[in-house]
Amino acid sequence: MPVPHYRQQLLPGFRLALGCALVYLSLIVVLPLTGLAIKASQLSLAEFWQTASGERALASYRVTFGASLLAATINCFFGLIVAWILVRYSFPGKRLIDALVDLPFALPTAVAGITLATLYAENGWIGRYLEPLGLKVAFTPLGIVVALTFVSLPFVVRTLQPVLEDIEPEVEEAAASLGASRFQTFVRVLLPTILPALLTGFTLALSRSVGEYGSVIFIAGNMPLISEITPLLIISKLEQYDVVGATALATVMLAISFVLLLAVNALQWWTAHRDGRDGAGTGQP
Amino acid sequence: MSCKFLSRLLVIALAIAGPPAMADSNLLNVSYDVSRDFYKDYNPIFQKHWKATSGESIDIRQSHGGSSKQVRAVADGLEADVVTMNQASDVDFLADKGLVARDYTRKFPNNASPYTSTMVFIVRKGNPKAIKDWNDLARPGVQVILPHPKNTGNGRYTYLAAWGYAISQPGGNDRTAQDFVARMLKNAPLFAAGGRDATTTFMQRRIGDVLVSFESEAELIAREFGKGDFEVIYPSISVLTEFPVAIIDRVVDKKGTRKVAQAYLDFLWSPAGQENAAQNYLRPRNAELLRKYAAQFPPIRTFTVDELFGGWARAFPIHFRDGGTFDQIYQQK
Amino acid sequence: MIGGPPPRRANAEPRWLRHLLIGTGLGFLALFLAIPLIAVFSEALAAGWGRYLEALVDPDAQSAIRLTLIIAISVLPMNILFGIAAAWAIARFDFPGKNLLVTLIDLPFAVSPVVVGLVFLLIFGAQGIFGPWLAANDIKVVFALPGMIIVTMFITAPFVARELIPLMQAQGREEEEAALSLGASGWQMFRRVTLPNIRWGLLYGVILANARAMGEFGAVSVVSGHIRGQTNTLPLHVEILYNEYNAIGAFASASVLALLAVVTLIAKTAVEWRIRRETRVLSESPAQERPVASASRDMGASAGSLRSNPSGEWP
Repeated sequence: MPVPHYRQQLLPGFRLALGCALVYLSLIVVLPLTGLAIKASQLSLAEFWQTASGERALASYRVTFGASLLAATINCFFGLIVAWILVRYSFPGKRLIDALVDLPFALPTAVAGITLATLYAENGWIGRYLEPLGLKVAFTPLGIVVALTFVSLPFVVRTLQPVLEDIEPEVEEAAASLGASRFQTFVRVLLPTILPALLTGFTLALSRSVGEYGSVIFIAGNMPLISEITPLLIISKLEQYDVVGATALATVMLAISFVLLLAVNALQWWTAHRDGRDGAGTGQP
Repeated sequence: MSCKFLSRLLVIALAIAGPPAMADSNLLNVSYDVSRDFYKDYNPIFQKHWKATSGESIDIRQSHGGSSKQVRAVADGLEADVVTMNQASDVDFLADKGLVARDYTRKFPNNASPYTSTMVFIVRKGNPKAIKDWNDLARPGVQVILPHPKNTGNGRYTYLAAWGYAISQPGGNDRTAQDFVARMLKNAPLFAAGGRDATTTFMQRRIGDVLVSFESEAELIAREFGKGDFEVIYPSISVLTEFPVAIIDRVVDKKGTRKVAQAYLDFLWSPAGQENAAQNYLRPRNAELLRKYAAQFPPIRTFTVDELFGGWARAFPIHFRDGGTFDQIYQQK
Repeated sequence: MIGGPPPRRANAEPRWLRHLLIGTGLGFLALFLAIPLIAVFSEALAAGWGRYLEALVDPDAQSAIRLTLIIAISVLPMNILFGIAAAWAIARFDFPGKNLLVTLIDLPFAVSPVVVGLVFLLIFGAQGIFGPWLAANDIKVVFALPGMIIVTMFITAPFVARELIPLMQAQGREEEEAALSLGASGWQMFRRVTLPNIRWGLLYGVILANARAMGEFGAVSVVSGHIRGQTNTLPLHVEILYNEYNAIGAFASASVLALLAVVTLIAKTAVEWRIRRETRVLSESPAQERPVASASRDMGASAGSLRSNPSGEWP
């Protein structure tokens, strides 16, 4: 719905805020990525296509994006539960657990990869219990999912937490007093409120996973066509001192990620507007 | 968390991090991953020697990392006076960029490699799978652990060593060699991220029957995991791994450190430098010292990459570029 | 948040569901967080506390810790400013290309860290776009502190903004408009209404950005040059020690990073505790201290108290 013009003008600081954001983004993000695209454009279209659509490259896109989607989905489900219990319930050790959530960012990715590979190997603390079930995690594509779930774990929890904390209890009480069951309240009242944050968490977890290299190579096994991720192929290009080829692969990944992110952001914008929850687009006329 | 507080912290932090006290001049030695122990011992020996002969004190800084990443950094402006690498293809890259003399291998004795090593097998205690030579690695039912053959230095040496074994067998040619290497790689349950990761996978995660590794790293493995847990097996033939060193002309000319850089690398061939190599389990070039340390360096037939493959400049594109023999092995099935 | 609001009857789940959720959540965290963390510490302490501490007092480790802290401290303020500005523009206004802007903010996450380093070399490296000019003027960007800071800024750019945008969207802009209509200046509104409302999101964003800034390996590794005692950050130090067959040193250094992350969390808890106490004092004060009449004197404060958070200002 079109927003009356004067309402836009009521809040100050639009130009300043947008200006600051644009300058920072241009210098720190857009300029470097343009450099990447310029370098990749040194290839002819045919060479670019050959680099980007080789059998190995295609297999690596499948592994990378498949594992990332799976990891982001796992994180959405469990992240919602974790954020929920951290905000709503009290139980012993809660503070400590809350503190642990950021750990995957602070731990260097290589350490995470080495540790997870050791834990999930056949003789590892966790792997030994999965082995009898016929479940091999370390050095299989499943290992990639485990590593990606680990490195992107904080996103969903941390984007949901502030939103959950912000929900006024009165809303839920009102729903309950109107006869809604707990489940109905959750689906009809709570979920729409937290959905933008959940989608944000999903997006961030997904994008972080797509680019991850350091932890994955230690647990993936790196077999060609089976458990090779795209960043590994980029490294492989660099090992051959083929910087242009590396930038070509990087550009393809970036383009896929960009489209994926744009789609999720548009979806989020759309859900927010449909439910009238976007602080910007709504407000009474 | 005000801005004032943060900026004050920053000032304090920058003060702490101020530049270290300067010696008369300084050298930056950009090197590969596992050479720290060697240069940690070597640098003080050289510093003493340099003080005694020239009267100047010298500050030597070290940079260690994955070797191709390191030389890329040098090409991109990391101001190294000298590079000490573990594979000629890395120094060749710097020569291509004009940072190192084209004929760098002739600027110092022994192909500019002050010491050597070779690829050997590490097997479990008692050698339960009776692994004696490269052909045992291609046998069905043997699991081989090696670093990524295309993306890591150790992996590439392993690949060439196996190739060289196959080609030096009676009737061996490039075809049989590629078949042999393909059979060996089929026995690899994974490609490790690097030499160290391969070791962890083999020793700690107990995966695989044999690990292919540098002879010099066997000692490091013993230090980390204990001696009693594994055996070192010397195959009938293996690759002689060379560790080329070179001066970065542009940097030493700019900094005026050519003399000391030259002396720094020359001294690697001095008896003291050679003995240090032997003590770090790297085979010295000095025949006398090699005899002295014969117990830790059993004789082994070796070939160099130059002899069998016409040098790294030829071997690299044939085997490790995209579409090379390694890729072919995975694309033909 | 910590301690949480006491469960109210109307919006509390049945007991079995509560236990199920707590069990599932904790099980997940145990599998993915607690066990890896325990594994790191057990590796670090494999040879006892002596070797652990020895690894940490090593001069190279010390300088790596210092450098890591310097980078984090330099990056965070810029991140906060950018994050608030971007979130304000995006969550409070409609303008064409908004989705594009949000996506651009997300993009740094999707770029593989290795590529990030490479990209900055393509710009600032000796063979890069600005390389010759920088060399001619003897300015060092890559393989020195500035390059490492810039790369970390790229890596952490999305955190604060992405944390704030959904939060501010969920909150809506009525309160800020109310403050303005009561006569507050833009700055008063921001300080008294916006900041208190977004502080948790901001804090999470900063904590995440901080953890990531300290833990980043791939990108920093490419532009650092790995000079011992000079441009080695803690994660780089960890990798080199590991490759040198010094597992104890490597895992000990890694455990320091984990501890640094926990320290920021302790700081957060302290801040929370202080705010909670202030909140209690304010809400226990007599009701007539917050009538409309006082609004003319202090617009912002009363607008802030419209919400459930009548706390004073951002600490």
